[in-house]
Amino acid sequence: MSYDAPSSGATYAMVAEFGSAEALLDAAEKTSQEGYRRTEAYTPFPVHGLSDALRFHDVRVPWLILVGGLCGGFFGYTLQWYTATIDYPLNVGGKPFNSLPSFFPVTYECTILWSALTAFFSVWALNGLPRPYHSIFNTPGFDRASKDRFFLAIESNDPKFDSEGTREFMLGLNPVAVSEVEE
Amino acid sequence: MPLPPLNDRMITGEQNYASLDQSISSMIIDQKRHTRPWWIMFAIGVMGTGLLAVAITWLVYQGVGIWGNNIPTAWAFDIVNFVWWIGIGHAGTLISAILLLLQQPWRNSINRFSEAMTIFAVMCAGMFPLLHTGRPWVAIYWLFPYPNIMALWPQFRSPLMWDVFAVSTYFTVSLLFWFMGLVPDFATLRDQSKNRFAKVLLALVSLGWRGSHKHWHRYEQAYLILAGLSTPLVLSVHSIVSFDFASSIVPGWNVTVFPPYFVAGAVFAGFAMVLTFGIPVRKIYKLEHLITDRHIDWMAKITLTTGLIVSYGYMLEMFYAWYSGNPHEWDFTYFRRITGPYAWAYWSLIFCNVVSPQAFWIPWCRRNLFVVMVICQFVSIGMWLERFVIIPMSLTANYLPSANRMYYPTIWDFAMFGGTIGFFIMLMFLFIRFMPVINIFEVKDLLYKMLGHKDAKIAQSPIELPEPLLGRSL
Repeated sequence: MSYDAPSSGATYAMVAEFGSAEALLDAAEKTSQEGYRRTEAYTPFPVHGLSDALRFHDVRVPWLILVGGLCGGFFGYTLQWYTATIDYPLNVGGKPFNSLPSFFPVTYECTILWSALTAFFSVWALNGLPRPYHSIFNTPGFDRASKDRFFLAIESNDPKFDSEGTREFMLGLNPVAVSEVEE
Repeated sequence: MPLPPLNDRMITGEQNYASLDQSISSMIIDQKRHTRPWWIMFAIGVMGTGLLAVAITWLVYQGVGIWGNNIPTAWAFDIVNFVWWIGIGHAGTLISAILLLLQQPWRNSINRFSEAMTIFAVMCAGMFPLLHTGRPWVAIYWLFPYPNIMALWPQFRSPLMWDVFAVSTYFTVSLLFWFMGLVPDFATLRDQSKNRFAKVLLALVSLGWRGSHKHWHRYEQAYLILAGLSTPLVLSVHSIVSFDFASSIVPGWNVTVFPPYFVAGAVFAGFAMVLTFGIPVRKIYKLEHLITDRHIDWMAKITLTTGLIVSYGYMLEMFYAWYSGNPHEWDFTYFRRITGPYAWAYWSLIFCNVVSPQAFWIPWCRRNLFVVMVICQFVSIGMWLERFVIIPMSLTANYLPSANRMYYPTIWDFAMFGGTIGFFIMLMFLFIRFMPVINIFEVKDLLYKMLGHKDAKIAQSPIELPEPLLGRSL
């Protein structure tokens, strides 16, 4: 597929293409050992172990969800408490205004709802999506990254990056192809 | 003669990643795969939707008096259908969330499809409680907490309010979960589609997904947590639905076994519906290598298991009626269920839900698709009858015999129920045509795990694709 992208001529990354997930995992590990840090792998399905191989750790999503859930629970309970005891106290069958057991289900549902919304939006926000254009799409044959090919990119802003040396290194990883991709 | 054991492989035939893509995504890209059966089902769905539109228009114009509801039977078909539809949705969440947490990889080929079913079923369900208020546009202020000019707030001590929150949360979470799963598949379709218009549309809905390991990393974290959140959610939704009844004092409703028994019944009906749709679709679109006989066998076993839990619930209802020592409970159970004018409904329910699924003990019945389809229809009817037996039948006989009154549905009750079935069929077939029916990336993940580390060798000869999978089991 071709994206009509403005070509500035600057190199975005050196990209190697692999025929299998194992080959990519192997190459990713070697790339990290070589000292490259600005790396990114593209796969058609989640390959376990890839984040470790590329030294990528991020636990912000679970923590954000926890915060979202707690806020939801707080909101849910406060809503019921405020409406039932402060704004419109109503005696129903002699039950206390602040009927804790009866207020549990709505508090619970609000916790789940807010956690789910946080999970959904934090994934897109942290991943920087939606973003229709990205330099990696200039890679030849990248349409197979969502089908059956596995790509590894070493970005040009990596301190260790130099066109010749990095190409040489990537050719040693047994790829199907290596290409220099423009921004 | 004992049958040979089923092949445990969850994907059959010679497959590689590209061939999986081909069998699933071509259903959208190659629209010629949709032939006469699709049009027939779609036409049925559209006609049903038309009927629904007529039923709703007449209802809104004329009021709920067009239904057979009366006093004391203020809840009838509207609530029966609501509970039935919600229950059908629960199988989708069970498959997508609970089986994910339990690490059952066979769910990967049926989860997308059943999640769609969940969303459409909840849409059908939501119509009933909303419309049975008579004037839904006025009902908003006692359903949703917003600062209105009357300075009124909803009554949060009522299970009906809990229901509003549970069902709307359930719908939202199911929709988010479903859309999240679709994004990487939309990206796959975007990259394969040749049509310019389709490509732009898919590029928009795929949000520019690139399949970066950072994307997948956060995606999987969130997906797993969403599954963990959906699991207690789905249990809470049907428990709360059952509180609508269990927390009252109506004979036949006031039973503490309701929450677990309702949840099991929901899964029971839901799996029957997954099979009812799954079996014809896999046949028409030749997806037998992805939804295998083994899948159907497993689903039949879950149907049997939940059927047994439901049967246990029926026994407990009977036991409580006697053990409670409440003469009204026992009178109701004896004169309105086992005998009396509605006995036919009770005994049909026992046949459909208790007797007919017992056939699934026999392996031959689980593998014979015709038998599976017939039993699933019995289960669907049986679960509808169960709600009929519980909801309007309990209301016809209360504490004051002078207030007892029979309930008879009208043609509009049936029209609206039939209409929602049509609406559901229409949405399901639109979904089959325009969205990936099977989760593409999860099936590839499954294939990758089945291959194990076998394709490590293939990387040495990089031009070739991974070898097709031959006779390996996971």
